[in-house]
Amino acid sequence: MSWVVEALLLGTLLSAFIVMLAPDEKAGKLAFLLTLPQLAGSLLMWLAFDGSGNALVGDGNLAFETMVPWISVGDIYQIQWHVGVDGISLPLVVLTTFLTTLAVLAAWTPINKRQSQFYGLMLLMEASLIGVFTSLDFFLWFVFWEFVLVPMYFLIGVWGGPNRKYAAIKFFVYTNVASLVMFIGFVALLFALPVQTFDLPVIAQSLLDGQLGSFYGLAPSTLKLAAFVAMFAGFAVKVPIVPFHTWLPDAHVEAPTPVSIMLAGVLLKMGTYALLRFNFTMLPDIAAANAEIIAVFAVVSVIYGAMLALAQRDLKRIVAYSSVSSMGYVILGLVAYTEYGMGGATFQMISHGLISGLMFMSVGVIYNVAHTRMVGDLSGVADKMPVTCAVFVAAAFGYMGLPLMSGFAGEFFVFVGSFGSETLAAAPLFTGAAMFGIVIVAGYLLLAMQRVIFGPFRADTEHEIHPAATHDVVPLVALVLVVIALGVAPDLFFTMIRDAVNPVLDAAATVGGGA
Amino acid sequence: MVALPTLTPQIALGVAALLVLIVDTVSPDTKRPVAIAGTALAGALAALGSAAFFLASGTGQPQTGGALSEFGNTLVVDGTSLLFTVIVAAVTALVALGSYDYVKDRHHIATYYSMTLLAATGMSVMASANSLAAVFVALELASLPSYVLVSYLKTNRGSVEAGLKYLIVGALSSAVFAFGASLVYAATGSLLLPEIQAALGSVPSANVGLLGVGVLMLIGGFAYKTASVPFHFWAPEAYEGAPAPVSAFLSSASKAAGFVIAFRTLTTAFPLETVIPMGIDWTVVLAALALVTMTLGNFAAATQEEVKRMLAYSSVGHAGYVLIGLAALGGEADGLVLGASMMHLLVYGFMNTGAFLFVALAEHWGIGRTFEDYNGLATRAPLACAAMTVFLFSLAGLPVGAGFASKYLLLMGATNAGHVWLAVALLVNSALSLYYYSRVVKAMWIEDPAGDFGIESRPVGLYAAVMAAAVVTVLLLVAFNPVSETAIGAAQALL
Repeated sequence: MSWVVEALLLGTLLSAFIVMLAPDEKAGKLAFLLTLPQLAGSLLMWLAFDGSGNALVGDGNLAFETMVPWISVGDIYQIQWHVGVDGISLPLVVLTTFLTTLAVLAAWTPINKRQSQFYGLMLLMEASLIGVFTSLDFFLWFVFWEFVLVPMYFLIGVWGGPNRKYAAIKFFVYTNVASLVMFIGFVALLFALPVQTFDLPVIAQSLLDGQLGSFYGLAPSTLKLAAFVAMFAGFAVKVPIVPFHTWLPDAHVEAPTPVSIMLAGVLLKMGTYALLRFNFTMLPDIAAANAEIIAVFAVVSVIYGAMLALAQRDLKRIVAYSSVSSMGYVILGLVAYTEYGMGGATFQMISHGLISGLMFMSVGVIYNVAHTRMVGDLSGVADKMPVTCAVFVAAAFGYMGLPLMSGFAGEFFVFVGSFGSETLAAAPLFTGAAMFGIVIVAGYLLLAMQRVIFGPFRADTEHEIHPAATHDVVPLVALVLVVIALGVAPDLFFTMIRDAVNPVLDAAATVGGGA
Repeated sequence: MVALPTLTPQIALGVAALLVLIVDTVSPDTKRPVAIAGTALAGALAALGSAAFFLASGTGQPQTGGALSEFGNTLVVDGTSLLFTVIVAAVTALVALGSYDYVKDRHHIATYYSMTLLAATGMSVMASANSLAAVFVALELASLPSYVLVSYLKTNRGSVEAGLKYLIVGALSSAVFAFGASLVYAATGSLLLPEIQAALGSVPSANVGLLGVGVLMLIGGFAYKTASVPFHFWAPEAYEGAPAPVSAFLSSASKAAGFVIAFRTLTTAFPLETVIPMGIDWTVVLAALALVTMTLGNFAAATQEEVKRMLAYSSVGHAGYVLIGLAALGGEADGLVLGASMMHLLVYGFMNTGAFLFVALAEHWGIGRTFEDYNGLATRAPLACAAMTVFLFSLAGLPVGAGFASKYLLLMGATNAGHVWLAVALLVNSALSLYYYSRVVKAMWIEDPAGDFGIESRPVGLYAAVMAAAVVTVLLLVAFNPVSETAIGAAQALL
């Protein structure tokens, strides 16, 4: 079954082109049908997963691995087609295909122009996201990483809200510049290593073995720090970590609902995934030495993001800023360098992907009907849209970390992990501060719910509020069920995540990083 | 099996140029445009096919005994000459196909096509030229028809003005080049590149200054042909005034040909290990030129309001990227940097030609020249706009096309050679270029159309050429291995 990743990529790409050539009125249904094989394929991968350990370090076994020479560059470099998944990337692949399917369904109502192009781009984005999470050669990975920008740019720019042009170009330029900063950092590392390959496992091993030389007059230790900072800054934009978050609210508010789902659900995870794979796996000594600084960034993101959310009136902006806050937990978990911290961070990526997708989707459904998202314009919507509002409430509680929902599991793991961290000085203090974020989260979500969903019915809009269409409600309910399933049985993913995280911790401990 | 003459591609282009004139006189009026364009296309494809066949079969390459020489070693056939002949012939084929709709209703179709083919012949001879005299003759053979082509729209003031400017700057830089060649001859006693190299050791120290000035003037000649600083200022005028297919031809094929003579002359006649001890380190000059050229080209492109002019300046910027291939020589990665430059020129031959041909398509439809005029074009011509998007993003170095791979390797090469600052300049310029390339993309896809474009026809030839260029641009990213192996092999054989 080693071809399954290729089949997934090729199938998605082909589907994208088929959909682009389909007539507009059929494109939505066709795209939905064509996402199902990808979803089935990724679930099959999950069922048949036989990998162990981490993709980059230690002596684990990659699942569904292929490695063939792709481009040979004289006798200097060999670029490989190297793909495969481990316990960290597989859940993200499943998340990608699942959310794409639901996002396509969620697009049926709001997207009513140039449909075939829209759905084609969604599938194109799915393909490149799968590529980001499965490729293990830097060149190949960077191809997919950069390519994600292209469909996203169009999806925001063409189908977005009134300020879409500004938001699209801001997203495009901001994240592209960030990629280049990251690229400079990584390439500087690469040139100081005695390896002549772009293969990430080889590079990671070589770095951990202390083979780093000097580059351009920078001593290895300085170079490591400089590269770490460059890569961290580059990835921090994608995550986003405060103060690199300013593109996110613009992009989210302007993006149509299905695009917001993908943006919050999967695209942000590219940043945390890359941080885990590059910074925290390859340079654990630098991460550990600066753990407190990173933790400050994390806690500031949690608190400041939540405060920003508290100040918003637009439901979508609230959810957008709350993502900044939730991503802060992921960073805190990563920097803890404990099994539960890092594993919990990875689990939180999945959980947040599902719950934020759910939030954006239910806000989108309300907006489709009411044509407004302002907190003050609506009241008591639950009377008219019972199912949608029930889902919104469920999602909000998931966000707050209600037990038996995946949000609880993710945040609990992160807090357990970071509380007991030996890498992080004053770990209980940082953990406590981050936990306080939940209070604010509860504050703004309860406030928003109280005003929009409950109370006497009132709507300052010219549109009649009516229950949502079935194809809008189905993905909502499906997501809630998955969120609950993962909350009840986190081991569906957590076992393989733990298995993949432990080699990183071992490697970190060997180089003197993870305490 | 009868072996093909080693200069088959050049012969094919030259014969096709003459055939076009014959076809013009014998074919009936109604079929004349098709017959002429068909002849030209067939000639270009024959040249492309034979050059590609030679490359694949190893003609003139190390595995079959190395470079083949013709005419007393004034012309050579090796990996480099074949690779650049492929570039020139491919661009010529695309331009021949795309020009049909552009010129079929105008006068002097045969002149147009035979001039294009003659220029292409000159460029492919430049790829093989192994003597300063051969370089000069080939350079003139490529340049003189180009002047005519630029002023092809002879009732259009812009076209005529562009042609005149091109002619004047061209004549000046030809003179500079010829003077440089004569100085080199005075110092070394030969025009053949290998003999110049052999004579370098016996140049009396009093004449080293003479030789240095000669090399500098030769570089000036190259700068003109490649549209690099300081002889770049003709390029925006000429590309803007010329018919768009001619701009495509000049900015892709002519630039590549200019680079191949620079590559061959500098590496064969003036190898660094010999000239650096003499105090003639041309990499310093080229590194400065590379930096200034790419920065100036990109900043100028960023301030343009017209698409064609923006592409013209971006073409100057790309010349700067390619110059890295020469500037970073003498380090530890000579084959990689020079090879990466060659790869970039090959990829550029497709993506830039395609972009200019799209402009030709817009001109054919009577759409204006500015960014705003392209607003909402994708609603009427989505396929062509998708192709244009591929070209622009690939030019910017996003991984939708092979421009990503060639820039990536150029960057690796420059860093490997120790020229980190050139690599950083390349990165910064690429990031900047995304800004102005995406303005066109934004206009086409995101802005709303101001009115109806009045698009009545779908010109088959132009569409086919644009689509072919787009498909090749994308496929080259996937199948980049043959390109990189060929280019690096060619570069290593040259060094």
